[in-house]
Amino acid sequence: MTLDQILPGGNCRILKITYADRLGVRLLTMGVYPGMILRVVRNAPLRDPMEIECEQIFLSLRRKEAQFIEVVPVS
Amino acid sequence: MKSPDVMIALAGQPNCGKSTVFNALTGAHQHVANWPGVTVDRKSGWRIIGGRRVEVVDLPGTYALTSQSPEERVARDFLLSGRAALAVNVIDATRLRQGLTLTIQLLEMGVPLIVNLNMMDKAIHRDLTLFPGKLENLLGAPVVTTSMARRHGANDLLHTIEEQLQAPGTSPPLAVDYGEMEPFLRALEKQLLVESPGRSFIPLRWVAVRLIEGHADIRSLIQERFPGASEVFALAERNRLAFEAKTGLASVVHIALCRRQLAESIASACVESFNRNKLSTSERIDRIVCHRLAGPLILIAIIYLLYYLSIVQGYRLTEYTWPLLAQLRQAVEWVTPAPGFIEAPLVTGFFLWLTDSVNALLNYIPIFFILFALIAILEDTGYMPRMAFIMDRLLNRFGLHGQSVLPMVLGGIYVGGCAVPAVMACKGIPDERSRLATILTVPMLNCMAKVPLYILLVNAYFTAHKGMAMFFISSISLLIVLPVAKLLSLTVLKHRETAPFVMTLPDYHLPALRGVLGKALERVWLFLKKITTIVAAVAAVIFVLLQFPGPDEAQTARYEAQKQLMVADFNQAVYGTRYAGIAQSEDSLLDLILYGQAYRKSQMAAWSAAKRSEIDKRYEKKNALYFSIVRPGVDAGAQKVNRALRLVTRQRDSLLLDARRDRLESSFLGRLGKAMEPVTAWAGFDWRINVALLGALAAKESTVATLGAIYAPDENAGSLEERMAADDTGVTQLHAAALMIFMVFFPPCVAAAIAVKIQAGSVALMLLAIGVPAALGLGSAMLIFSGGKFLGMTGITALGAFYALALSLTILAGCIHPRGRMTRSKEENI
Repeated sequence: MTLDQILPGGNCRILKITYADRLGVRLLTMGVYPGMILRVVRNAPLRDPMEIECEQIFLSLRRKEAQFIEVVPVS
Repeated sequence: MKSPDVMIALAGQPNCGKSTVFNALTGAHQHVANWPGVTVDRKSGWRIIGGRRVEVVDLPGTYALTSQSPEERVARDFLLSGRAALAVNVIDATRLRQGLTLTIQLLEMGVPLIVNLNMMDKAIHRDLTLFPGKLENLLGAPVVTTSMARRHGANDLLHTIEEQLQAPGTSPPLAVDYGEMEPFLRALEKQLLVESPGRSFIPLRWVAVRLIEGHADIRSLIQERFPGASEVFALAERNRLAFEAKTGLASVVHIALCRRQLAESIASACVESFNRNKLSTSERIDRIVCHRLAGPLILIAIIYLLYYLSIVQGYRLTEYTWPLLAQLRQAVEWVTPAPGFIEAPLVTGFFLWLTDSVNALLNYIPIFFILFALIAILEDTGYMPRMAFIMDRLLNRFGLHGQSVLPMVLGGIYVGGCAVPAVMACKGIPDERSRLATILTVPMLNCMAKVPLYILLVNAYFTAHKGMAMFFISSISLLIVLPVAKLLSLTVLKHRETAPFVMTLPDYHLPALRGVLGKALERVWLFLKKITTIVAAVAAVIFVLLQFPGPDEAQTARYEAQKQLMVADFNQAVYGTRYAGIAQSEDSLLDLILYGQAYRKSQMAAWSAAKRSEIDKRYEKKNALYFSIVRPGVDAGAQKVNRALRLVTRQRDSLLLDARRDRLESSFLGRLGKAMEPVTAWAGFDWRINVALLGALAAKESTVATLGAIYAPDENAGSLEERMAADDTGVTQLHAAALMIFMVFFPPCVAAAIAVKIQAGSVALMLLAIGVPAALGLGSAMLIFSGGKFLGMTGITALGAFYALALSLTILAGCIHPRGRMTRSKEENI
């Protein structure tokens, strides 16, 4: 499953991030890395981009980019 | 300026409150410039600390120092240059874990560090307990806690800076445990030690880590310092590949993870959190501000408010500031030579032209000040990223970016903006392709200088459809910007780098008055400094092009003969009255004419009877004889002279105008306008409109003034609208429609072009920003005029057809999807 498939309000754990060169490093420097639990906060009014929360850090991410983040849903 | 005794750097991540710390440290002694070669602001300030003048350099806010962006590169290079005696690392206390990733990189670089845990008040509010003492031990650097927004802790920080400057700490650079990478790193370090020319203040381990990350940009730096660099590079590359083969992990990712783990362990030892699931105020606000329906509505309301307060109300404010500028013009008029009977001194004309051109821009200062202050409020509250979040999807379809909204608002998404601050605001867009697309297209939005011409044309030709024409104008520019941006991003900008849209949505803050006003003043000042000089220079060039080569001998002789005739006629008319001989020479006649004109002008400006009689008294005192002519009363002789005076005044005015028109027609710009006529005729522009449009390149507000000069048969023949609408000019509604469309596309003025050059960093792109709209504008104007003429359309139907075309192109452009953006990049796993 990839991050773009998680609905707003859903939680998930990051398994791996592909497209590591830019997106991955950028996420790492902002404090998001594999093993962490993410919460999808909301979608933008036009459904894209999406807002995620990770340990009190709120980030926006385009769906196209979220496709490269593999996750597993957690309750 | 005296050179500073010592320099310190201020480093921190975005939204950590670094600028409040900077303000607290430096007070009013601040200075903004650019870092060499890039468009990143270099803010610095100074303060006397412990008897020494300390210069504080505010480094750009960055999450890391991995040189992903110009900001990171600038910060890293400054720290490596060794010019800073120490760095103060500001950390948002509520986000210690995230902040520490930067701190660790700073410590690895061996920069003497003071850690400043800022926003302690917010941490307490969030039920976080921090242990600064523990942090100090783990990092090996002094830690100071502050709540700078509440002005708490500034003295502690100053005290610690003083202490550290006197007796710097001697702890060794922090060593991160890179686990499986260690053997590879150590081998590289050893090689570096062999090649090292001597003691270097840059830790070799840091160099080794950077090299093994495989970033190319660190190499030139190393080449400078290590003679045998190529050996080192080869080894670094071998080790990187060996490590990646062994572990299956990209080394850059492994390094980031190791740092992150250290940050994690330090943070968990130094902060305790209770009540984890408390919903923060910011989240509550976002529930409304980013709401599906409310979000866009709030956004539109805010943009409208921005427009209303700055453009509408600011414009009202210019009614109070304009008289000041008019006084400046009067002063210039007063110190330069007075006009002769028919000859207008060149110096006077030049300085008045220069003053008018600069005044046209200075007039916008109140608008800019309000606009910049409001933008600063939006920035400081943290609304900007929300705006980008809401708009990104829409704008991304056109090759733009969520963060293009701000430049578009500044540029005049409705009516009235300015391309200069708009282009400058593009700096913050992280994605190069969208940033350039934004820079190249925002000058096509409706800037304030285009408005006078629109109003003129609408009032003269579209009186029956005023509302529709204004709606057309205010919305057409967006329908042009979007497809053109898409076109550019699919063609010229296709190979430019794009960046992931990973953007933090920071907590909301209450903006501080000082910060807002400071930012607004700073930007107005930058605008003035950069623009006024350029505009003055270009205005001078255009003046020359408009004035030279000047009238030929035959023309001069004709003017002279007409003048003689006028003087003779006047003297004949007054012959036999008691005023005979009052104006024997042309000088004394000119004196009388000017007196009469000045009198009438002040009478027209007076609004009350009391004021009028006061003016009468003043003029009578000035010259009783002249006064009896201009205010003849019942004396028949005086009345006769009065009539003769009025006649000669009118004759002189029309002669002056003739001369001006002749001069314009024979000027370089006039000739150019005529040379262009065969082409522009298809768009319905004759040479006179060409001249006005060419002159507008300096500043568009001059178009109306130039048109006024060209289409002015007589000063008393009514307003320019009426004159243009009169049939004898040959300008029809269709002409006006073509002219309006051309104005929509009008190439950026010189000031905006310079701003494009600065922000895009390339002359070629600046030329593109001028060429694309010019070509599209001429093409569209031709389409409107020739196409409309062929189909027998009126101006308003032609505009409607054009609008439909632009709308369909916009929708079409929005539907084109470029092929996978990310497929080019290699896939790697973490």
